Amino acid sequence: MSSTISKLSRRDFLKAGLAVSSGLTLGLRVGPAPADEVMPFMPNAFVRIGADDAVTIIAKHVEMGQGIHTGLATLLAEELDADWAQIRVEAAPADGSRYDNLNWGGNQGTGGSSSINNSWLQMREAGATARAMLVAAARLPIPTPVKLKEAQDFVYIGRPLARTDGVAKTHGQALYTIDLRLPGMRTAVMLHPPRFGAIPAQVDDTAARAIKGVHAVLQLAEGVAVVAENFWAAARGREALKVEWDESRAITLDSQAQRAQYRELADSAGHSLRADGDAAGAFATPHKLVEAVYELPYLAHAALEPMNCIAQINKTGCELWYGAQSMTSAQNHVAHLLGIAPAQVKINQLFAGGSFGRRADMRADYVLETVRIAQALGDGQPLKLLWTREDDMRGGRYRPAATALRGAVDAQGEVQAWQQRIVCQALRGGGVPKDGKVDKTLHEGASDLPYRISNLAVDVHIPEPGVPVLWWRSVGHTHTAFAVESFIDELAHAAARDPLELRRSLLRDDPQRLAVLELAAAKGDWGRPLAKRRGRGIAVHRSFGTWVAEVVEVKLGDAESFTVERVTVAVDCGIAVNPDVVRAQMEGSVGYALSAALSGEITFKNGAVVQGNFDNYPLLRLSQKPAIDVHIVPSSAAPSGVGEPGVPPLAPALANALFAATGKRWRTLPFRTPSAA
Amino acid sequence: MGKLTINQREFDIRADDDTPLLWVLRDELGLTGTKYGCGKALCGACTVLIDGAPRRACVTPIAAVAKQSITTIEGARSKLAQTVIKAWLDLDVAQCGYCQSGQILAAVALLEKNPHPSDAQINEAMDGNLCRCATYVRIRTAIHRAAEQLA
Repeated sequence: MSSTISKLSRRDFLKAGLAVSSGLTLGLRVGPAPADEVMPFMPNAFVRIGADDAVTIIAKHVEMGQGIHTGLATLLAEELDADWAQIRVEAAPADGSRYDNLNWGGNQGTGGSSSINNSWLQMREAGATARAMLVAAARLPIPTPVKLKEAQDFVYIGRPLARTDGVAKTHGQALYTIDLRLPGMRTAVMLHPPRFGAIPAQVDDTAARAIKGVHAVLQLAEGVAVVAENFWAAARGREALKVEWDESRAITLDSQAQRAQYRELADSAGHSLRADGDAAGAFATPHKLVEAVYELPYLAHAALEPMNCIAQINKTGCELWYGAQSMTSAQNHVAHLLGIAPAQVKINQLFAGGSFGRRADMRADYVLETVRIAQALGDGQPLKLLWTREDDMRGGRYRPAATALRGAVDAQGEVQAWQQRIVCQALRGGGVPKDGKVDKTLHEGASDLPYRISNLAVDVHIPEPGVPVLWWRSVGHTHTAFAVESFIDELAHAAARDPLELRRSLLRDDPQRLAVLELAAAKGDWGRPLAKRRGRGIAVHRSFGTWVAEVVEVKLGDAESFTVERVTVAVDCGIAVNPDVVRAQMEGSVGYALSAALSGEITFKNGAVVQGNFDNYPLLRLSQKPAIDVHIVPSSAAPSGVGEPGVPPLAPALANALFAATGKRWRTLPFRTPSAA
Repeated sequence: MGKLTINQREFDIRADDDTPLLWVLRDELGLTGTKYGCGKALCGACTVLIDGAPRRACVTPIAAVAKQSITTIEGARSKLAQTVIKAWLDLDVAQCGYCQSGQILAAVALLEKNPHPSDAQINEAMDGNLCRCATYVRIRTAIHRAAEQLA
């Protein structure tokens, strides 16, 4: 860097002997104080410059692997002209008035791939304002609005700067919730009911209490908590519990029966979300009819750090420590439970060992569980709740769905009609709302179908099987993209047209989508002949403002086995603030989606979740990871998110590649066996 | 219980003999770089080195390693380990980072035994270490790069 503002500025301040203005809380000592006695300079809520020249960026979004700390720091450092080597990142506390997600107004939280997008101007303005205050120190007040850099003057934005959390995370020094130890803290594990809806009826805790290190056993609404000196004592205490459950209100769901029920629902008309032209009329005329049902299982997020939280209740309120996606919402839930004001709930943000939407639970499930245990103990000491892998896997908040599609193709190979029927649980619960405004996470990516088809109908059934559901990396797009991008491929084959060419002809109104499609096709060698027993598939989808196209190459093995050998990704996310982080998120999203496509499935037997650990809920392994090339479309548009949009196109591109290789359709996830040809 | 030798230091241990090493490291000694992920040797997040070989601390009772040399991420200071960590940083492998202590130690053990592993040998050595962020492409590249730098 030619000018490192942190060094330059502090000296300027000292030279000027600047008086602290009432309008600017500079926190600087007046007069020529020695450098090491200068108080930190904190011009706004997002940056603090210390006496040691360290520039600390305050990150309002949780770092859960997506690289947001690096991204936020890049934006602010760019406009501050700070020396990147001096940048530190600190997590912001819960305070929706200063640290809200600007796309959600007043609500502090991380999700929907919105962090970079909502912070794009905010963090740059924070940096530019701080710079103006420093440079023009003697000429207050600071001009407003501050002038931001033109794109061609960017020094950091657009460069693959190293992640700010890399060093800590490669030395085992990054602090996750599971790692934090506070004075007087105890650890709890919870015995949850075997089925959703059951509650503890009779608890015999004699043996549990006899275990060395066990401090208390508490019967709560959620189950039975064992509180101990450490995790191992608590876990052994839990094993020793004898509990009878009241299962009178428990679910009795069976996955086979649910599948049949969803298929039956898909046969009848649901609540209409879109009706263009006359789909029914088009189906009545003698075109070539194509019908398909796509089925998707429940999926667990399975972050490698199982859910956990630390809570301490004292006279002034409640303090929490954990990796929090939904800070304002958690404050409200905890405040409601304890009968205090939300501002009395203090949240200390920590690194999250993955999340993928799980730590954004709108009902704050594991957070409230922790607070309830702390409340029941009533000792004012910090309490850490640790879920085991099995607790996490069986804790609900899964990704739901099923979709039926009908299409009609005329003799000229043109798509005349498209009818999509979605059967899916609503994340916020309940059936079709009275006002008819259906939660968009049920149909995003379907009701806004980009393909130009004159006769188009989309409707929805919303069953309520009693299973808690939640957003799962890319949310509604996980199921809509699989159905839409598989089915357009089916229609292309029915029309004897190349799948890329058919999409191209129907995407005349969507230049960005077409551009990523063409880029992925070119880089992924679309159209180049493949060896025998290999296939190539393509899919494109837009989610969270970002367009992604993927070309997948598969190689068939023995029987019905196959290997995904290569994935080519093209992404348009506006300006790529950090192209290496964008690449990493695409690589990771492909892996996350592939894991689900190959083996992800939560099933129920008589109301109980069958899977519990990685032996029966396998995750993608290193040997299964294909070669991945990521191509970023150059853009001058404001940045959109990259944490999720790489997920949706993978499963349909893979299904399409399998069809190309075998002539059979894979319509049921995970891809164990193909559907009929 | 007795003593354990961890990162070339001897520790007096209070926990019972059958306590898994993972929880002694984490809860008794505060060595929290070793992570809990599954508790059943299914994910590799708790990988430590026992006399240089990768072991799952979550299913290893401390009595079983009382006479052996235990290395955790905090003690990964050898030239080889530092080269591996440097390669990890150069490629910015970590995303959430939770599995990376285990990944790095598994890679160190692999390179100690086999200075030039093939892709197939990397698959075999690393397949038990799950990464939910799927940073696998970079893990593989980082291992090859560390091998080159150590040559």
